[in-house]
Amino acid sequence: MATWQHSSEMLKRLTERIQSKSSLSCHLRSLAQFGQLCLRRFSWSQHCTSQKICQSGFLHDSHSLLLRRYSASGSEYYFPGAVGAPYTDKLELIAGEKEGRVPCFRIMNEYGEISSNIAKEYHPDHQMEPSVMTSMYQHMLKLHVMDTMLYSAQRQGRISFYMTSFGEEATAIGSAAALETADVIFGQYREQGVLLWRGFTYRDFCNQCCGNALEPAKGRQMPVHYGSKELNFVTISSPLATQIPQASGYAYGMKLSNSKNITVCYFGEGAASEGDFHAALNFAATLECPVLFICRNNGYAISTPAKEQYRGDGIAGRGLAYGIDSMRVDGNDLWAVYFAVKEGKRRILQTSRPLLLELLTYRGGHHSTSDDSSRYRQKNEIELYSERLSPLRRMKRFLAFRNCWNDEMDEKYIEEQRKELLTALEEAEKAPKAPLEDLFHDVYDQLTPNLERQKTMLFEFLEREKHPTHFS
Amino acid sequence: MSRMGGWSRRYLHATRTIANLYDYGLQVEQKIQQQLGNSPERVRMNLFGAINHALATALETNDRAVVFGEDVAFGGVFRCTTELQQRFGGHRVFNTPLSEQGIVGFGIGLAVQGFHAIAEIQFADYIFPAFDQLVNEAAKYRYRSGGLFDCGGLTVRAPCGAVGHGGLYHSQSPEAYFCHTPGLKVVMPRDPVRAKGLLLASIRDRNPVIFLEPKILYRSSFAQVPLEDYLLPLGKAEVVQSGEDVTLIGWGAQVQVLCQVAERAKEKMNLSCEVVDMMTLLPYDLETIAQSVKKTGRVLISHEAPITNGLGAELAAALQEQCFLYLEAPIFRICGYDTPFPLANEQYYLPSLDKCLDAVQQLIHY
Ligand SMILES: Cc1ncc(C[n+]2csc(CCOP(=O)(O)OP(=O)(O)O)c2C)c(N)n1
Ligand SMILES: [Mg+2]
Repeated sequence: MATWQHSSEMLKRLTERIQSKSSLSCHLRSLAQFGQLCLRRFSWSQHCTSQKICQSGFLHDSHSLLLRRYSASGSEYYFPGAVGAPYTDKLELIAGEKEGRVPCFRIMNEYGEISSNIAKEYHPDHQMEPSVMTSMYQHMLKLHVMDTMLYSAQRQGRISFYMTSFGEEATAIGSAAALETADVIFGQYREQGVLLWRGFTYRDFCNQCCGNALEPAKGRQMPVHYGSKELNFVTISSPLATQIPQASGYAYGMKLSNSKNITVCYFGEGAASEGDFHAALNFAATLECPVLFICRNNGYAISTPAKEQYRGDGIAGRGLAYGIDSMRVDGNDLWAVYFAVKEGKRRILQTSRPLLLELLTYRGGHHSTSDDSSRYRQKNEIELYSERLSPLRRMKRFLAFRNCWNDEMDEKYIEEQRKELLTALEEAEKAPKAPLEDLFHDVYDQLTPNLERQKTMLFEFLEREKHPTHFS
Repeated sequence: MSRMGGWSRRYLHATRTIANLYDYGLQVEQKIQQQLGNSPERVRMNLFGAINHALATALETNDRAVVFGEDVAFGGVFRCTTELQQRFGGHRVFNTPLSEQGIVGFGIGLAVQGFHAIAEIQFADYIFPAFDQLVNEAAKYRYRSGGLFDCGGLTVRAPCGAVGHGGLYHSQSPEAYFCHTPGLKVVMPRDPVRAKGLLLASIRDRNPVIFLEPKILYRSSFAQVPLEDYLLPLGKAEVVQSGEDVTLIGWGAQVQVLCQVAERAKEKMNLSCEVVDMMTLLPYDLETIAQSVKKTGRVLISHEAPITNGLGAELAAALQEQCFLYLEAPIFRICGYDTPFPLANEQYYLPSLDKCLDAVQQLIHY
């Protein structure tokens, strides 16, 4: 009983400390302590000898060293499955759902004000040029304009499908700005902002959405399944979560090649329920892959709310179970996202280990153009999140405080962007479709005899069709 | 001992009612064939309405039936489970976390206990994370335990097929993968009346069934669907339209295409085509198609899935064994090509009316 009281008091103190200090490294340290605390709740008093082993990390302990420690301590046996776990004579359980939550790191509040406690190293005014700040905001606006226009283009039947990132503009732009183009992206589908930041143009986006011959995948995939070799953005695939273990593998390859860059993998909190997510984290942890997992936790997977998706403390809470350092960040705060990703990448390269970042945000739009979210969520809920917590609104206020931006500039910029997008869309619509023979290419590196025959048969059929006299 | 007794009593009871329901199903067929039109107990429904209605019937008639899957609670992305949660409660109709292997594994567990576990996979294209649970588990439960355990109450519904803008991952027809798996049944309806009767039969069948729903038909296929509880037999093909010159074999949405082919062949070439809908793809009804082929001597098999190792290959092989001396021409297949399902060139990929008609002409002039 005493140990429980002790640990809950520790928890309280820790939470207070986390709340009072906003420095990110302190935040990380606290998180790690928080995790260890949870484990130690099992037995607070008897951890002295074992803690040394814990700290040294069983991954690096040689077997003989372990055996020596075992014989030295006498009373403890080191099970290979949980080396360093001390014995206890109290049957206590580790709560599956603990009180308190992993705190959410935030730099800028919803009014665009920077927290007064924020450390210099995470303070935008100390770390960034006003021009870069403005550019980040402009990209968020650009993204918003593109989403708005392509969404209505779908409604008009000009493209077949679309997915907006309304409300999540800061997750994409903030993270992209903190990375280099040489960092390789494995995305889900709602991260078009990353591509936008890297230089994918409205034209590139429109070509893909129109499925014309100018886009690299030759119009084979549905809209929003972008890909770019030069921008290190691996082509999107619809089956969820498949990219997550692939990112672990890619990252491992980067490590073997002594790369100075990392692999970054985005996914939703819904996709994190797939088996692939769990495999990916376990692989990345055991094989020490330099990969940054970024979960956009926007509260919904189509109609399924997060509370029906998982129990426990969100996605960040899972890092502990896999032995992966985790951070939770306000995904609607551009600065929190930016500095967390910067710090995350630094740590990944320093430790050559994975890191899990959970961005708390809200899906402001429908799941896709095939969805009508009014069937499953209240209007006032959408209003609360989309207006009060809007990442765009806070950035605009932030810039306005610094006289870098105003409403007039906003309107003008939006108008310019609208025009640019419209032109790109019109051109993309007019561009030719990929030639028919492309249907058979890229299945394999070369056409197989079977495909060759099928291609010939299709063209012969089309030829016969042109001369309907053949039809008696 | 007592458990066994319980089982067999329940089983006997179940088979008795099922036999009655099948009878009713056959009567329904006859009624439809006689074009009785609007009788009071029928309602015009589209395919998703008929599925919804069948699910409601399944839940109503067995309180150990449950319906679950991704986004099922609000009605499902194709509206097939609309209002079922309100009617039958959140403990019987519910959302699952986003994991297909979880959905099917969970369903197997329920079915092993005797529940009717009716699982929805949001798109057939996303069934593959559950491949292991379906192929190694569901299909082999009875065999590996010598009948001690089975998961016959499992039904996995999944929308399949082309829709015009689905591309690689919202268009596939994965039936052949599952038709290569002894222990599974695979069913695909062509219209709302078949959908209801076949789905109820699948749910009450004592084997795990994969029920593939051609999603293009959800809103486009309408019929007067009887409100009564009825079953259409699994393992039986249906001669949709009888003819003398060529047998056209298909399933799901392709049956509609083949009916149009038959119509055009009549107009343009004065040919009479027999159209057969397989309905159950595993175990398939060789007898009905062999009988048809012995009559016509010419066969076209058509499906959307890639041609190589598709179900058409199996049917062609079995037919030539049964009907070799009756054949006037090689068995033709017009199917999808051996490529992933494309977006931009979908119309060229598909086994279209014109491609099928062209094949019919070649069959006749062989
Ligand atoms: C394997 C698989 N199952 C189901 C789907 C259908 N589906 C597409 S998106 C989606 C919800 C994903 O939610 P989340 O991961 O939270 O991402 P968000 O849409 O919220 O950005 C579902 C169920 C799919 N694409 N792949
Ligand atoms: Mg989500």
